[in-house]
Amino acid sequence: MKSLEELKAIRERMQGQVGLRSEDETQTRVVVGMATCGIASGARPVLNALSEIVQTKGLSNVAVTQTGCIGLCQYEPIVEVMEPGKEKVTYVKMTAEKAAEVVEQHLIGGTVVAKYTLNSIE
Amino acid sequence: MTEIALNVHDVAENSTRAKATLVEISVLISQADDILTIIIKDNGCGMSEEQVRHVTDPFFTTRTTRSVGLGVPFFKMAAECTGGSFNIDSTIGVGTTVTAVFVLSSIDRMPLGDINCTIHSLITFNADIDFIYTYRFNDREFILDTRQFREILGDVPLNSYEVSEYIKEYLAENKLDTDGGVVI
Repeated sequence: MKSLEELKAIRERMQGQVGLRSEDETQTRVVVGMATCGIASGARPVLNALSEIVQTKGLSNVAVTQTGCIGLCQYEPIVEVMEPGKEKVTYVKMTAEKAAEVVEQHLIGGTVVAKYTLNSIE
Repeated sequence: MTEIALNVHDVAENSTRAKATLVEISVLISQADDILTIIIKDNGCGMSEEQVRHVTDPFFTTRTTRSVGLGVPFFKMAAECTGGSFNIDSTIGVGTTVTAVFVLSSIDRMPLGDINCTIHSLITFNADIDFIYTYRFNDREFILDTRQFREILGDVPLNSYEVSEYIKEYLAENKLDTDGGVVI
């Protein structure tokens, strides 16, 4: 069984750093629809991939969160990217692989991956 | 849904939206009784008797209440088609308990799936809510109680990277110690 001692070590390492990553107006929000429709169409691997890549790339200005039904169930899994001062971008029919492209090109590179957006299929 | 774990994730999110501060999830496997029991218990806002009747009916939706939809009917169907059972107990102001019983050996039973991933996501994406997760396999069990974690961590949040990784490993190691790696 894994011990709780390790948690104490984490606390000691991280004390003092807390609060540095609080939400502010410079933060980009990446929101994944995780209602029944999202989950049933494969949102979980998308959510996992996004949070994993954002963590490993050290994108401290990006917060990955989940939300309920966005109302476009037929296009799930849906990922919305909200950058401060910019229009919201809605990516539809996402997969873990597409999510990786979005992190690389949009969140890091600053270019919207047009082929996966809601606009591209409407 | 292709896994019971996905149903658990979906239905437990109802608890977080019902403003619960504590959600207790139990996955109880008894091979001797040929039963897998899932219990999701919250201290959220609860439902009236009429609402409880409606949540299991997929065709009742007012489209103004997002608590009514397919999540609960899917979970109910998944349990009942194995020859198991499904029950919701709810009291307004007290909370809701959802119990689903699956017959383990039924050919129609979905695999349990990645339950650790479900629990990890629920905890790290709802970092202001406490979870007690119990995983029992025959006579062995382990419990993850985020209140205990929080006590040790102080103001270090449960969704910080290092803690999130710790929770992932905690679930993986303890599940393996409990069930020996059997695929349910």
